[in-house]
Amino acid sequence: MRLQIEDVLCTFCGCLCDDIKVEVDEGRIEKVRGACRLGSSKIMGHNRIKSPMIRVNGELKEISYEEAYRRAAEILINARHPLLYGWASTTCEALKKGILLAEEIGGVVDTTATVCHGPSIIGIEEKGAVGSTLGQIKNRADLIVFWGCNPSEAHPRHTLRYSSNACGRFTPDGRKGRKVLVVDVRETRTARNADRFLRIQPGTDYEIISALRMIIGGKADSLPEDVAGVSKKELIEIAEMMKSAKFGAIFFGLGLTHSRGRYKNVDNALSLVSELNSHTKFVIMAMRGHYNVTGAGQVLAWSSGYPMAVDYARGAPYYNPGETSCCDLLSRRDVDAALIIASDPASNLPRGCVEALAEMPVIQIDPFENPTTLFADVVIPSAIAGIEVEGTAYRMDGLSLRLRKLVDVEYPGDVEILQAILDNVRRLRDDN
Amino acid sequence: MIIKGGIVYDPANGIFGEEMDICIENGRIAEDAGGEVIDARGLLVMPGGVDAHSHIAGPKLNTGRIMRPDDSRMGTEPRTRVCRPSTGYTVPNCYAIGYRYARLGYTTAFEAATPIIEARHTHEELEEIPIVDKGALTLFGSNWTVMECVRENDMDMLAAYVAWGLRAARGYGVKIVNPGGGEAWGFGSNVKSVHDPVPHFDVTPAQIIRALAEVNERLRLPHSIHLHFNNLGRPGNYTTAIETLELLKDIKPSRMRQVVHVAHMQFSAYGGTGWKDFESKASAIAEYFNQTNHATMDLGQIIFGPATTMTADAPLEYANARIGHQKWSNHDIELEESSGVVPWVYTRKMPVNAVQWAIGLELALLTKDPWKVVMTTDHPNGGPFVNYPEIISLLMSREKREEEMKTLHEVVRSRSTLPSIEREMDWSEIVIMTRAAPARILGLEDKGHLGIGADGDVSIYNIRPDEIDPSKDHAVVKAGMSRAKYTIKGGAVVVRDGEIVAAPQGRTYWVDAAVPESDMDRMLSSLKEKFERYYSIRMSNYMVQDAYVPNPVVVNAGMQPLKEVI
Ligand code: SF4
Repeated sequence: MRLQIEDVLCTFCGCLCDDIKVEVDEGRIEKVRGACRLGSSKIMGHNRIKSPMIRVNGELKEISYEEAYRRAAEILINARHPLLYGWASTTCEALKKGILLAEEIGGVVDTTATVCHGPSIIGIEEKGAVGSTLGQIKNRADLIVFWGCNPSEAHPRHTLRYSSNACGRFTPDGRKGRKVLVVDVRETRTARNADRFLRIQPGTDYEIISALRMIIGGKADSLPEDVAGVSKKELIEIAEMMKSAKFGAIFFGLGLTHSRGRYKNVDNALSLVSELNSHTKFVIMAMRGHYNVTGAGQVLAWSSGYPMAVDYARGAPYYNPGETSCCDLLSRRDVDAALIIASDPASNLPRGCVEALAEMPVIQIDPFENPTTLFADVVIPSAIAGIEVEGTAYRMDGLSLRLRKLVDVEYPGDVEILQAILDNVRRLRDDN
Repeated sequence: MIIKGGIVYDPANGIFGEEMDICIENGRIAEDAGGEVIDARGLLVMPGGVDAHSHIAGPKLNTGRIMRPDDSRMGTEPRTRVCRPSTGYTVPNCYAIGYRYARLGYTTAFEAATPIIEARHTHEELEEIPIVDKGALTLFGSNWTVMECVRENDMDMLAAYVAWGLRAARGYGVKIVNPGGGEAWGFGSNVKSVHDPVPHFDVTPAQIIRALAEVNERLRLPHSIHLHFNNLGRPGNYTTAIETLELLKDIKPSRMRQVVHVAHMQFSAYGGTGWKDFESKASAIAEYFNQTNHATMDLGQIIFGPATTMTADAPLEYANARIGHQKWSNHDIELEESSGVVPWVYTRKMPVNAVQWAIGLELALLTKDPWKVVMTTDHPNGGPFVNYPEIISLLMSREKREEEMKTLHEVVRSRSTLPSIEREMDWSEIVIMTRAAPARILGLEDKGHLGIGADGDVSIYNIRPDEIDPSKDHAVVKAGMSRAKYTIKGGAVVVRDGEIVAAPQGRTYWVDAAVPESDMDRMLSSLKEKFERYYSIRMSNYMVQDAYVPNPVVVNAGMQPLKEVI
């Protein structure tokens, strides 16, 4: 029987679109409507890992789930300081179990935020964040700024559903009624569709933001004629554009968080927005990549008090990014086993960190094969959240939504897998 | 379980310090019982504490945690056999919230403000708070649908929307924060008085408040409207407070309770024209409460030291951030609300803070009837709830107040009436302010008392009421109230000698209110359109699913024929 399921959530990017239509026939997804290309291909699925595996003499060999759980538990128990990393593409419920596991084995929980919007979080610790839900921007914003991000390619439905092209109560004309400014180092597709494109030299975000802050703070006179290659005149025009908006919104991406200055760039941008509020209304938001990297930060914060890089080795949460974040731990060889879930550090971490990972026992929990699988010692395939199991995820603006289950599968979900590993850890401990 | 020989205070049932046994059977207070015997000979025994206004769960709490790693570092306690690790002082992690309430002898705490669209998050955090029973009040004061119903004077539709909103949020009652101000903040402004129209909506805060109060009674909700006034935190705002209360005087309650509960009154009892001539107007407010019977309040007492202010009053937080040169988080919520978070420090030598401190105490001491005043710090706005024992000792001892005032800026003597107040509260009054009154004000029939059938929530303190004099032995009072000898929750010992010994999962209260089907249908068809056009999520993904409230207590309300109201 063909089943049409409405209002499905897309578990790909931080837009977490919740208006997808999916047709299911005999337990198989046949058709996806409403999602973008990225979303559809995720929902339609590809290369699943078929069975749990462990590495014997360098080769991955199929085993039972029970055995995989026990092997995983042994690795974690024998480790002095294990790392539990990933969490961006699974449910909040899975992370809750992961935190409990980390508390019991004295491990470190870190999320992929540390290699994407980690600097944004540190910026927020310094300055706070002046934000809103996406619907507020859709209904009110007459100026949208994309800074170091390219939604046309990375968040394809963002502009239409939530930002530059969306129509809302006070923005009935959609794109026609608002201005779009793009700040970037290259002319992206997003930039080509903007009303104004400010092309800056790589690594000069901090200077540009500082100059805008000075102009907005009435100190334009002290500025040189040229700031990091941009003329004062142009900067004044842009500052004017910001000040005269009724409601402005800045979306920023890795172009800001990962160029020279890192969290200081974000800190500066947050200050700019905070100051703009003495002239008009302005908000700012990070373009989060994976669909639930926001939720991972939320769950960690309410469980431990900190949004990422939490070390439970002392029995109580300890947080010092730069010390307890995944890359730092790996490059110092300060962890000796890793559980990788719902992420692919082999493709995303710096080379030295990947090498460190390759040298230690690694447990991978993921529905899909990826480069991390190449050196994992225990591989546990899981059901896909939002397609095969329910759960909670947080959109980039912090709204939480319930993921639906569309089809039945044999694979266990991440929650079940982590619980089974935890049970094995407890059992093995009792035996000793 | 039998609690033997304690000195019991249960003012709701007319018991004021009698030596008696309390029996608990199947989680409830019973005539008699078997099982464990707890020796409470000579010790202070009272119902479990009930916090009617505290910020314990939801997005703004978590924003506080994320922007304040400095705070999370305070109060760190490692995991134990029973407890998961604790962190934080003003913004504790979820586990710490449950354990700390239980250590104080509290068994119930209500989150004071949640937008409907973010209620799922609130419930996720509530579920992570161990031990205590809880609930969350739902925000309606700047909601587009509410304002449109008020403008059209369509009370049937408004009632249907409020009932639906409570169900969608799994909420317990109607919270109103700076009505209209949240919407005005959408474009960076605010409303200046209760008669200042909300931009684009052609309604005034006064109309919003009155309409929601009427609908609240029409729906026979267990709790009244729960109101955070306009102009909160501003010098001279006591006139707004009285003007607002006057609006509600003629509304008839549908249950035996107030028609309006005023949140954190301290922040709305200010005189003066600016911060320079800032002064207490607590006496005028208390006088108003003494002469009328339609309103109750909680204190919002400030505590010296760090706080984290967090409120759905976003323009207020913007102002706070500017005054305090503090970091500032803001969060506007489409169609519904806005909110802000700003860290703060209350300082003894700061004139304004000294007067604010006095105002809370004055309000409690000058209001004659303790049933009208609930003790809170508006956690963590005035300070963290772990300081309740400090406030109790201040209310019970003039000597302690005098000692404290010596350490404060001298304006506390000229700009408040506190130095002249002689009243010292007794244990019955403290039990009313921390248990009996909050339960009655919230409409929690099985809480706040020890009558047969009530929840088996009991706190026992290492204080011998027959042997100590709280007005002199205030240090004993504070120390004793800080670490319950026993906290019993639903008949289970959760705290023994100040330590957590069990951490059962609490329950979550929410209100399901019935309205005529035709009104609901009409409301839903107009709401559907709003979702299509303005919301950024789909209506079918909006409601809080049952999965998020695994231990619900559903309180039924609504428009069925009323039972005789006394
Ligand atoms: S924009 Fe993102 S969430 Fe939306 S459909 Fe595309 S990939 Fe999915």
